[in-house]
Amino acid sequence: MSDETLKHTPLYAAHLEAGARMVPFAGYAMPVQYRDGVLKEHLWTREHAGLFDVSHMGQARLRGVSPLSAFEEVTPGDFIGLKPGKQRYSVLLNKKGGIIDDLMAGRPDDDGLFVVVNGACKENDFKVIDAELAGQVRIDRLEDRALMALQGPKAAQVLAIHAPDAAKLAFMETAALQAFGVDAIISRSGYTGEDGYEISVPGEAALRIWNTLLADERVRPIGLGARDSLRLEAGLPLYGHDLDETVSPIEAGLGFAVSKKRRDARDFPGASRIAAELAGDVTRKAVGLKVEGAPAREGAEIADAEGKVVGVVTSGGFSPTLGYPIALGFVPPALAAAGTELKVIVRGRAQAAQVVATPFVAHRYVRKV
Amino acid sequence: MRFTKDHEWVSLDGDVATIGITAYAAEQLGDVVFVETPEVGKSVTAGEGLAVVESVKAASDVYAPVTGEVLEANAALAEAPETVNQAPEAEGWFAKVKIADASAYEALMDRAAYDAFLETL
Repeated sequence: MSDETLKHTPLYAAHLEAGARMVPFAGYAMPVQYRDGVLKEHLWTREHAGLFDVSHMGQARLRGVSPLSAFEEVTPGDFIGLKPGKQRYSVLLNKKGGIIDDLMAGRPDDDGLFVVVNGACKENDFKVIDAELAGQVRIDRLEDRALMALQGPKAAQVLAIHAPDAAKLAFMETAALQAFGVDAIISRSGYTGEDGYEISVPGEAALRIWNTLLADERVRPIGLGARDSLRLEAGLPLYGHDLDETVSPIEAGLGFAVSKKRRDARDFPGASRIAAELAGDVTRKAVGLKVEGAPAREGAEIADAEGKVVGVVTSGGFSPTLGYPIALGFVPPALAAAGTELKVIVRGRAQAAQVVATPFVAHRYVRKV
Repeated sequence: MRFTKDHEWVSLDGDVATIGITAYAAEQLGDVVFVETPEVGKSVTAGEGLAVVESVKAASDVYAPVTGEVLEANAALAEAPETVNQAPEAEGWFAKVKIADASAYEALMDRAAYDAFLETL
């Protein structure tokens, strides 16, 4: 895709002004880093607060007579039991139990279900939901809204100045409210492992709100490069890399997204496969790896102690917080226990790698306020 | 010192070429977190891979600007890869290569030509 056809978020001009290096991502020109660079931006977010433009992501309201029960037809989550003010992480499943996308769906108010899906998947996601739930829900896409994420240990103190009610939400709570003088939808969630918020606002107000938050010395703009290294340290999968249409939530280590009620009912797409996997019939599991030597990146083969190839790295890089390379990848269940010694093949050479528990860096979510 | 369009630099002392990446390349890469240098004794060919430099985001190949045999690799980069950012055209060198043909060195861009090339990017 040439630069001319790339879409711009409402914050495009602010990124250029802040010295961002812009790259094509999900059909948009997005900031991969600002002047500080990936390493400093990553560490700033872990120590202070980072502000991310994630307006490329797909925001929509699912409305209808009973959008919550309808949404259960395409996901394995308990949405009938989702209370107002709460949000859940879930996955859109195909008929074979493979992941079409991962997403957040919440009830910031009584106006149906507010969903946020990955930018690169959004066209297909809404097409699938529309096809599967035709006549049950209406998808109202919120393309005139921007989305930004404020993440880090100082995020709550910063947001409290501008939106005290929103700042008091607990992890995975969500609210539609007046903040920054506009109709905002704010949840306490994110993609860094840190405490923080995702803030949906009308596009025309985005630049003013972005600049308002950045005027606080604790807040710096953070690009997609650090967003990726932060989520990797947090052990959070990235669609198109760690997740795709062949990967089930059980293989991916996302069993928590398959609710107890739905496991018993087996009433979601691919339920028979997922039930079999839950009973132990699974051929691969996602693991975290601590890598020695050069970073093992996506596509690097994983071998057992004897050198036989047993799996593949799906995401990998250098961990700025830990100071060594880490990776996510798939291995057979017999080799998935923490402490298992494996190899990763980087540029033809076998390097030591050890299975470790994820998250690599502890989450710091604020569950009770 | 001579330069390539792939942003490597070479300085020649007798028949020993010291090779690294330019300040421009180091700036573009961002914070270097790992460098894979060549083994001593390895034969390298101009235009082929000499080393790999990794940032948080990605791995990038460093190409040999000249043909020859690796005499020494910069072992200090194993412990301090950030030297590539701090002193790319000095202490951040990657390898020293014994060359057979100095004319290949002379054919590379000089500083003025490289600066002019950077202006076109």
